Amino acid sequence: MVKGIEAAGIPVVHICTIVPISKTVGANRIVPAIAIPYPLGNPNLDSKEEYKVRRTIVEKALNALQTEIDGQTIFE
Amino acid sequence: MALKVVHYINQFFANIGGEEMAHYAPEIREGAIGPGLGLDRAFKGEAEIVATIICGDSYFNENINEAVAKILSLMKDIEADLFVAGPAFNAGRYGTACGTISKVVQDELKIPAVTGMYIENPGADMFKKEVYIIETANAATGMRKALPKLAALALKLARKEEILDPETEGYLVRGIRKNFFAEKVGAERAVEMLIKKLNDEEFKTEYPMPEFDRVEPGKAIKDLSKARIAVVTTGGIVPKGNPDRIESSSASKYGIYDINNVITLDDENYETTHGGYDPVYANENPNRVVPIDVLRDLEKEGVIGSIHPYFYSTTGNGTAVKSSKNFAEEIDNKLLEDGVQAVILTST
Repeated sequence: MVKGIEAAGIPVVHICTIVPISKTVGANRIVPAIAIPYPLGNPNLDSKEEYKVRRTIVEKALNALQTEIDGQTIFE
Repeated sequence: MALKVVHYINQFFANIGGEEMAHYAPEIREGAIGPGLGLDRAFKGEAEIVATIICGDSYFNENINEAVAKILSLMKDIEADLFVAGPAFNAGRYGTACGTISKVVQDELKIPAVTGMYIENPGADMFKKEVYIIETANAATGMRKALPKLAALALKLARKEEILDPETEGYLVRGIRKNFFAEKVGAERAVEMLIKKLNDEEFKTEYPMPEFDRVEPGKAIKDLSKARIAVVTTGGIVPKGNPDRIESSSASKYGIYDINNVITLDDENYETTHGGYDPVYANENPNRVVPIDVLRDLEKEGVIGSIHPYFYSTTGNGTAVKSSKNFAEEIDNKLLEDGVQAVILTST
């Protein structure tokens, strides 16, 4: 999916938990997520804290989209 | 004496539970369990499963280092002759786990290891060069056919017998070249192949070209505050009731959902249809998979130009690579038409 969409030249950032799979399928910009059933959240936090966690990941993703890269890059 | 085998399976095949138990930490049980019973029979007394290691698929993939360390310590006193993992069929997390643990066991404990999975399982591409992976069907209905092949190759490995080519033994091509004497010289074989090709007959190349299936990274966005960003997910978030009836696994379609006036994906109007992870958390707050709440705020603050008024969703588990490619191509055309400059793709 990531590769297919990026094939048209649109930059794609992949937010996912299992980074090795993302690398194998060929995502170029990868942002690690929290957990498989809740990549952008954490049910153990209160909603305000959880929002912050989500926002931080989205901001990392946006940062990745603004960064020129040569090959697969993980944005921790 | 029969060879001692340790078998690795996930929480599902151990009958512990489905996705709600996918966080299950590694444990060891005596003897064969689940598919191990059939595997044991396939060994025909030559080998015996002395212990089964069970680990939840999510636990393994979210805590790879801890899971591996724990499993190695569980195996410490067993003195196994052989390690078999799975088969995982087309279950992505299970396949990754089977590949990872097989590689570690053969490299660190020096115990021959073999696993099995479907060719499109992401674990196959990750580990087929280093681990013997028996090729299986894409679903557990292929168990009966897979087990004898797994058992046969495992026994050969344990006895250090010569492993024949992938087609004969049934494992995925590892990319290893071996010299052998052919009956005919190369020129003759090449001409035969050419004639077959000209006659539209089936022929088999002796040198398959490697596939370089990579895509150049898209150019970075210059001015985010003017860019239109679209969200795509393989996490199966859909409007409540799943109006397009997107399958919970092996999806044959994707959905396009209007979020023009949506500021957050609440649990009243959205849910997940993905069958490959515990849906409780995504159903409670679908923003945990498709972060519309945060993106709307960033849009309001002027950080992002605009959020594309539609998001695209499918389920990524077990979905054929070919289907995914088709989805991506169609979505791509729409995104280009609509002037989308970048995509955030979330996966579970």
